[in-house]
Amino acid sequence: MAYKLTVNGKSQTVDVPGEMPLLWVLRDVLNMKGTKFGCGIGACGACTVHVGNKAVRACQTPVSTVNADVKTIEGLSTDGSHPLQKAWLEVDVPQCGYCQAGQLMSAAALLASKPKPTDSDIDAAMSGNVCRCGTYLRIREAIHVAANGRKS
Amino acid sequence: MKNMKTKQLDRRSFIKVSALAGGGMLIAFYTDNGLLAQQRGPAPAPTPINPNTYIKVHPDNTFTIVAKNPETGQGIRNSLPMIIADEFDVDWKQVKIEQADRDDKYGRDMGAPTVGQIEGGSTATPQNYQPMRNVGATARAMMVAAAAKQWNVPASDVTTGSGIVTHTPTRRTATYASLAQTALTMPVPELSSVKLKDPKDFKIIGKPTPGVDNFAIVTGKPSFSIDVNPPGMLHAVYEKCPVFGGKAVSANLDEIKKLPGVRHAFIVAASPDPTPAPAGAPPAPNVRWASGVAIVADNWWLANNARKSLKPVWDEGPVASQSSAGYLAQAKQLSSTQASQTPAGGTPRSAKEGDAEAAFKTAAKIVEAEYAFPLLSHAPLEPQNSTAHYKDGKLEIWSPSQIPQIANAAVPAGIQNSDVTFHMVRAGGGFGRRLVSEYDIEVSKIARLVTDERAKQGLPSAPVKLLWTREDDIHHDNYRPAGFHYFKAGLDASGKLIAFRDYVASHGTTSVIPANEFPRGFVANFWVSEGQITPYGIPTGALRAPSTNGVSFVMQSFIDEIAVEAGKDPLQYRLDLLANPLVPAPPASPNSFGAPFNAQRAIGVLEAVRDMSGWKNRDKLPKGTGLGTAFQFAHSGYVAYVVEAAVTADKKLKVNKAWAAIDIGSQIVNPSEAANLVQGGFIEAMSHMMAWEITIDRGRVVQNNFSQYQPTRMSQAPPSIEVKFLKTDFTPTGLGEPSLPPAVPAISNAIFAATGIRIRSLPLGNQGYRWT
Ligand code: FES
Ligand code: FES
Repeated sequence: MAYKLTVNGKSQTVDVPGEMPLLWVLRDVLNMKGTKFGCGIGACGACTVHVGNKAVRACQTPVSTVNADVKTIEGLSTDGSHPLQKAWLEVDVPQCGYCQAGQLMSAAALLASKPKPTDSDIDAAMSGNVCRCGTYLRIREAIHVAANGRKS
Repeated sequence: MKNMKTKQLDRRSFIKVSALAGGGMLIAFYTDNGLLAQQRGPAPAPTPINPNTYIKVHPDNTFTIVAKNPETGQGIRNSLPMIIADEFDVDWKQVKIEQADRDDKYGRDMGAPTVGQIEGGSTATPQNYQPMRNVGATARAMMVAAAAKQWNVPASDVTTGSGIVTHTPTRRTATYASLAQTALTMPVPELSSVKLKDPKDFKIIGKPTPGVDNFAIVTGKPSFSIDVNPPGMLHAVYEKCPVFGGKAVSANLDEIKKLPGVRHAFIVAASPDPTPAPAGAPPAPNVRWASGVAIVADNWWLANNARKSLKPVWDEGPVASQSSAGYLAQAKQLSSTQASQTPAGGTPRSAKEGDAEAAFKTAAKIVEAEYAFPLLSHAPLEPQNSTAHYKDGKLEIWSPSQIPQIANAAVPAGIQNSDVTFHMVRAGGGFGRRLVSEYDIEVSKIARLVTDERAKQGLPSAPVKLLWTREDDIHHDNYRPAGFHYFKAGLDASGKLIAFRDYVASHGTTSVIPANEFPRGFVANFWVSEGQITPYGIPTGALRAPSTNGVSFVMQSFIDEIAVEAGKDPLQYRLDLLANPLVPAPPASPNSFGAPFNAQRAIGVLEAVRDMSGWKNRDKLPKGTGLGTAFQFAHSGYVAYVVEAAVTADKKLKVNKAWAAIDIGSQIVNPSEAANLVQGGFIEAMSHMMAWEITIDRGRVVQNNFSQYQPTRMSQAPPSIEVKFLKTDFTPTGLGEPSLPPAVPAISNAIFAATGIRIRSLPLGNQGYRWT
C-alpha cells in the first residue's frame, strides 16, 4: 500500500506494508542510513527520529501511523551546523558512534522544548538512549555546550 | 607505476616510492613489525608480501595517510595516522585518512600469526607505535634529502614543519609536493640513519584530537558496516537452533518463499568436520559455521518478518540438557572435593608456593568466602552484520570484524584467499564480540548459495547483507565465561596475610586467575587451582579485558575483605603488600608491552588515586556513603580506582563520583579519546555490576534483548569520572581493556564501605539492588 511521508522537508511516497516500521522504511526503502537499528523493541533509542516535534522510536512506529513530518539525523543539518552537532564535534563525544544519531535526535527534541535543560532534565530526556560505549558524560557536557555555549 | 624503487632497509623492512597519477608521490613501506619480531622472539616465516602504502603526497600539498587497523570505537583510525603525521612533520589539518582493506601486506601482529590488522587485546598502540613512527620519519627524511639535493645544501641546514621544507640560512622553502619528483629519484635512507623526533617536539601525538569520522557520524552519513549498500543488494536473516550446537533438519521453506518480498530461503548445512592436514602440511584454516535457515528478501524487515512464519525442525543435540543451575551445582560439588585434576580436554592452571594448608593451621585468623560472576554477552550496539557479493568465482566482503580473516570469506564460499577482496568497515562497538566473525562466514556462505541459485534461475548475482537481530546476537554470542571462586586466607596476629588459597571452578580459559595475579609473589603461601565444569556446551570468548574482567572483581573484593578483617585501611593494606615482595623484583625494562607485573607501577597508580580522591577523609562522608578502591594490572596497563557510592536502606545505589589513575607508559597518543575510553570502561563496569547476566536453560540463553540485559543509562552515570594518566618511563601500551576490570570491585568495595554488606556475586539486580 502507498504511504505519503514528508521526510526532512521532502515528500516521499513508499509502497510498503502498513505495519512496516518507519525505521526500515527509512533505511531500506528510502536508503537513508543515518537512523540506526539497535534492538527493534524500543529499548535502546538508536532509531530515534522526530515525528512532528516529538522524539519517537522509529522501530516502534508503523509507517501507517506516521501523521506528521519526519525529521532524521540527515535533516538535523547536512553541514553539521546545528548547535548540537557543533557541540558534539567540539566535545569529541563519539566512541564507536553508533548510538549518536539517536542521542542527537533525543537531545534536539529536548532543547526544542527546554532550551536550558538541567542535568536532571537531560537525564530524564536521554535515558531511553543507550550508549554501550559509555559516552554519557560527554553527551551531558555537549548538550550544555549547545544550550549555553562553552562552560569554561 | 613508474620510477619504482625498492630498497631493503633491513631484513624485514622495505620502502617503495612511486609517482602518483596526476603528480605527487606515494610512499610505501613494508615494516612487518620487524622491531616487534625482535622483541617477541622469532616471527613465523614471512609470507610473500607486497609493500603496503601509508602515505600519499598530493600536488596541493595535502596528504592521505592510511589507517591500517579496523576501527570499532577505540579511535585507532585517529591514533595510528596521528603517529605517522607527527613524524612526517605535517599538520593534522593537511591530512585525510583512508581506511586500508584487509591485506597480508600489512604484516603480522602478536597473537595472530597471519593477521596484521587487529583490534583486540589492547595491542594496536604498543605494536604499532614504533613502526608508525618509523614510517613517518623515513618519509620526512626523504623530503629533507630531496630539498638538500635540489638546493645543493647540507641536509643539516634544512628543517621541516607543516609539510614544508625550509633552508634555515636563506629562509628558502619548498613544499613536500614540489619535492616529490626529486624524492622519487633519491636513494632511500637506511632506517638506522633516520632520526625520530624528540617526544617533546611532538605536535600531534599527545594532543587531544577529535575522531576523524565524527563529522560523518553527527550528520548521519553512512559510516558503519550496517550502512553498506552496494547496488542491487538483498537482505538476509539467518535463524539458528536456539540450543548451542543444534542443527537445522527441515523447515517449511516452500511456504516461506511465497511470503512478500522473499527471494530465497534455504537450509545451510553445518561446516564439515575439519579434516586433519597431511603430515608436514600447514593446518587448514579453522573456519566453522553452524547450520541454520537463511531467508533472503528485498529488504531486511520483510526477511525478518518471514521468520514469524518459519517452522524449523531442529536436532537440538546434547547441550539441550545443560543449564546454569546445573553448572553451579557442579561448581559446588567440585569445590567440596577441591579436585585439582584436569578433566579431559581441560588445561590445568595452578600455582603453588609455600604450603598454604600448613599456614592456615598457624593463622590467628581465617577468612573464607565464595564469589561468583556470570556469563556475559558483549552486546555492542550495532548488531552483527556483514555484506558479501559472490560473482564469477570471486567474493567481495564488507566486514565489521575486529580480527578480519580472509579465510572466513574464502572457505565458506569455496574459493581461494586470493579471490577475496576484504573491506574493513567501521563497527558500532566491538568489546571482543567481533573477534569471532561468524557473520562473515555465514554471509559468505549465503552469498555464494544465493548467486548459485540465481544463476539457475537465469538471474544475475546479487550482493547480500546478513543482519542479525538483537535477539540473535544475545542468543548466539561467545560469552564471557562464568567463574566460581572459593577463597580462604590466613592472617597472623598482626593482620599480615600469610596464606592465600583460591579454588576456581570454571570452564574455558578466560575466567581463571592468571598465574601471576596479585597477591601472588607478595604472600609466602599461595595456592590457586582449578576444576573444570563439564560437559559445557556454551561457546565462550574474550570480553573486553579477558580474564581480569571477572577475576578483578573476585580478587580485589576478597583482598578488601582481608584488609577489613585485619582492621586495616584497604588501600594502605594493598600498598603494604605491594611494598614487600617475596623476592626483590629484577630491574624493570622500559619495554612494558607483555612485561610481567611491576609492583612499583601498581603502587604509583594507587597512591595517585588515593591523593586525587580525598581517600584520607573518607570517614567524614555521610552515613550510607562510602569510598571503595581497587587496582588491576591488565593488558600491560595499571589502573586504580576510587569510587564514592551511596546506598539507601532499600538498596537504591548511586555512584556519586569516580577517580581513576592510570599508568600506560610514557605517551598517550590521543588524550581526548583516552579519557573517553576510561569513562566508557567505568560505565560498562556499572552494567556488569547491576544488570548483566546470561543464564542458560535447556541449552539455550534465557535473555532476549536489552529489556532483560540492561546497559547502564544516562541517569545512572555519575556526574564525574576523573581520569589522570601518570606519565612514566615505560613504552606506551594500550587502553581499550585495562580501564574496565578494577571498576567493578571498586564499586562493590564502595558498597561495603557504605553499608557493611559485602558483594560476593554479580549482578546486584538479583539481590534487590536498583540504581536510584
Ligand atoms: S532500535 Fe528502536 S529503540 Fe532500539
Ligand atoms: S558511542 Fe558507541 S554506542 Fe554510543
